[in-house]
Amino acid sequence: MNRKLSFLLFVLLTALLVACGGGDTADTPADTPADTADTAETTDTAADTGSEAAADEKVTLTIESWRNDDLTIWQDVIIPAFNKEYPNIEVIFAPSAPAEYNGALNTTLEGGTAGDLITCRPFDASLALFDAGYLASLNDLEGMSNFGSVAKSAWITDDGSDVFCVPMASVIHGFIYNKDIFDEYGLTEPTTVDEFFMMLETIENDGKYAPLDMGTADQWEAATMGFQNVGPNYWKGEEGRLALISGEAKFTDPEYIAVFDQLASWGNFLPNGFEAQTYPDSQNLFTLGQAAVYPAGSWDISLFNDQADFELGAFKPPVTNAGDSCYISDHTDIALGMNADTPHPEAAKTFLNWVASSEFAGLYSNALPGFFSLSNAEVSIDDPIAQEFVSWRGECDSTIRNSYQILSRGEPNLENELWRVSAQVINGDITPEEAGQQLQDGLDAWYTPSAEAGKVAETAVAETDPNMSGSLVIESWRNDDLVIWQDVIIPAFNEHFPNIEVVFAPTAPPNITAH
Amino acid sequence: MQTPPTHPKKRKPFPTHIIVFLAPAVLIYTLFMIYPLIDSLRLSFISNETGGFVGFENYKTLFTNDLWSVRFWGALKNNFVFFLIHMLVQNPIGLLLAALLSRRTLRWTNTYRTLLFMPTMLSVVIIGFIWQLILSPLWGVAEGFMTFVGIEQYFQPWLGLENTTLPTLALISVWQFIGIPMMLFYAALLGIPDELVEAAYVDGATAWTVFWRIKFPLILPTVGIVGILTFVGNFNAFDLIYTVKGALAGPNFSTDIMGTLFFRTFFGQQLQLGNPEMGATVAAIMLLIILVGVLLYMVGWQRRIQTYEA
Repeated sequence: MNRKLSFLLFVLLTALLVACGGGDTADTPADTPADTADTAETTDTAADTGSEAAADEKVTLTIESWRNDDLTIWQDVIIPAFNKEYPNIEVIFAPSAPAEYNGALNTTLEGGTAGDLITCRPFDASLALFDAGYLASLNDLEGMSNFGSVAKSAWITDDGSDVFCVPMASVIHGFIYNKDIFDEYGLTEPTTVDEFFMMLETIENDGKYAPLDMGTADQWEAATMGFQNVGPNYWKGEEGRLALISGEAKFTDPEYIAVFDQLASWGNFLPNGFEAQTYPDSQNLFTLGQAAVYPAGSWDISLFNDQADFELGAFKPPVTNAGDSCYISDHTDIALGMNADTPHPEAAKTFLNWVASSEFAGLYSNALPGFFSLSNAEVSIDDPIAQEFVSWRGECDSTIRNSYQILSRGEPNLENELWRVSAQVINGDITPEEAGQQLQDGLDAWYTPSAEAGKVAETAVAETDPNMSGSLVIESWRNDDLVIWQDVIIPAFNEHFPNIEVVFAPTAPPNITAH
Repeated sequence: MQTPPTHPKKRKPFPTHIIVFLAPAVLIYTLFMIYPLIDSLRLSFISNETGGFVGFENYKTLFTNDLWSVRFWGALKNNFVFFLIHMLVQNPIGLLLAALLSRRTLRWTNTYRTLLFMPTMLSVVIIGFIWQLILSPLWGVAEGFMTFVGIEQYFQPWLGLENTTLPTLALISVWQFIGIPMMLFYAALLGIPDELVEAAYVDGATAWTVFWRIKFPLILPTVGIVGILTFVGNFNAFDLIYTVKGALAGPNFSTDIMGTLFFRTFFGQQLQLGNPEMGATVAAIMLLIILVGVLLYMVGWQRRIQTYEA
């Protein structure tokens, strides 16, 4: 009897515990933020009233990001630099996998458990977060004055009234190549599409290396490193992008078919079995020295610097005819915004102001070569390949990826469709014409082009930003021309781009080859 | 004699203990399964744009809007292919392995059993990664092995071609989960009384006849259970495809199954924003498909099965 009773008691207790436990779990998400909010409020009020008096209170900020590759850089370089100035704000960089970021972020924002600072994807994705009230307006952030309108265009409302993320960096597309392989075959950097394919042919005929290194298994490289990389030269950068938005151009137009034509020919020069080749496969194949040319985003530079034991070179997307004006994809890619519900708005703003500073611009651009700061502050880049990429801004007109602004607001999503059809064109499963038709059909299903939308998009600016800054060194054997460069050519250039310093540094003619 | 008269039939007291015993399970189940399920169904009747109640509008969109229906029917078809491959490959091979393992004359049974069950215990992420490496056209051992055997001309980048990716992924999944039907069949086979088998042998039956006439009919209930487990598992599948092909389930959506369609719809993908309401609609359809399947099994299979307890 006694045993029976104690057993019953035990069961009852367990049930009770479970019931309470259940209740607790349901309450916890609400409880914890409230608790932290309480402590935060005390900190904040202290900070407000006594300004520096609150220096003893420690505040912790969490940054949500998709850049898990950059974790060590944040931990070892960026956050320590910030803490030198602001020792009482602890910053935790908490990235998730790139493919999961948007989904995870939306869920945590909805559930009220997202971090204080949110890394912003450009354009529509972040705009939707702002419209839903998850991102705070940053109009009154002093640091915002360090950015031009182009930089801000990716994180601003359509009417330009609210800006909601501090621009961090843009990425540029081009091709990175293995200089040893180019030397082996006596190849030079191609400037036209014909030269590009002749170069690939030379390497292909020998069969020792894969001429072009990309796979279609993950699909996004086909669209991003393929379509968006070489495409701007065909659709004339911003002009073509805006024409798509205003409805003056369609994906079935010859310039888009021509891009897909070029991509279709890429299939002949990719490694065997490229259909099952993933993005890390491509990176490894290139750094192992088994492939000659890698269609790149500038973010690949730091990995290649670390892993490749051969000399790297880079060339910009080839143009159709020699002398054509060139266009590059200089995509405003990454920014930092503030969770509207953060319990520490003052600390978050302090951090954002620091991110907007020239100190951060320099740190970030050099710690992560290939992410080019969008700040007006003068930033000198040390990495030669990153320098090469950024130098194209001076030679070509910049544009952003055409699927990012306005055109990704409906279903089927244009970016997803671009991934799908670009991979299929390269695989040879559909023709360039079919690809153009499918894209346009998908877009027509929900998008009514309008001149107004074109106007909105124009703020993302066609011209290269005259405030762009940097310094360039020109190597040459024409030491006789030094004076001409210094007195005529460079000053003429600086009239357009006053913030880019150009140094003409010639050597005596016989020595240049030794470099 | 003031003691109350004892009832001739003592009334049973209220069965409190039943409630006490059921309470933990009911509470936990309600809180973590039933409530979320009902809330998810509720979500599927709400408009994504307005946030108001729209009845079956989301379902109508899913079935009749060309953009949605093409993906939905595609995913459903792929899911059936995925399921059929499991039914036709995984379960027969599982049965074969179990039959071999239950032979008394076989040595090292435990070793085989452990080895065959190993992949089931590994994480799907690891399985996906290992097979991507094995089948990689760049560094995989598959091509080298085929060259060694002399059939290298048949090598293809199976995980990248539109018509081979889904079957390849299904076979990888079969490889991983073969241990489960094997163990279930094995346990059922061990449960068959020796007398029956011995009697059959005495009557002059061959091993083949014994298996099909005696053992197989006796394990039919397990065959049904394995079938329904495979069905439920496959229509909830998601992880392997997501690990290897991502949420866009390429190439050209050829590996898109209900799970990836749901994930992409609910959480979004790159620039595509998540649509929880439509996601819940897809989830509700998944639930419905599984419910119908399980009901068919209950009515059509389980009630007809007779067990021969020895």
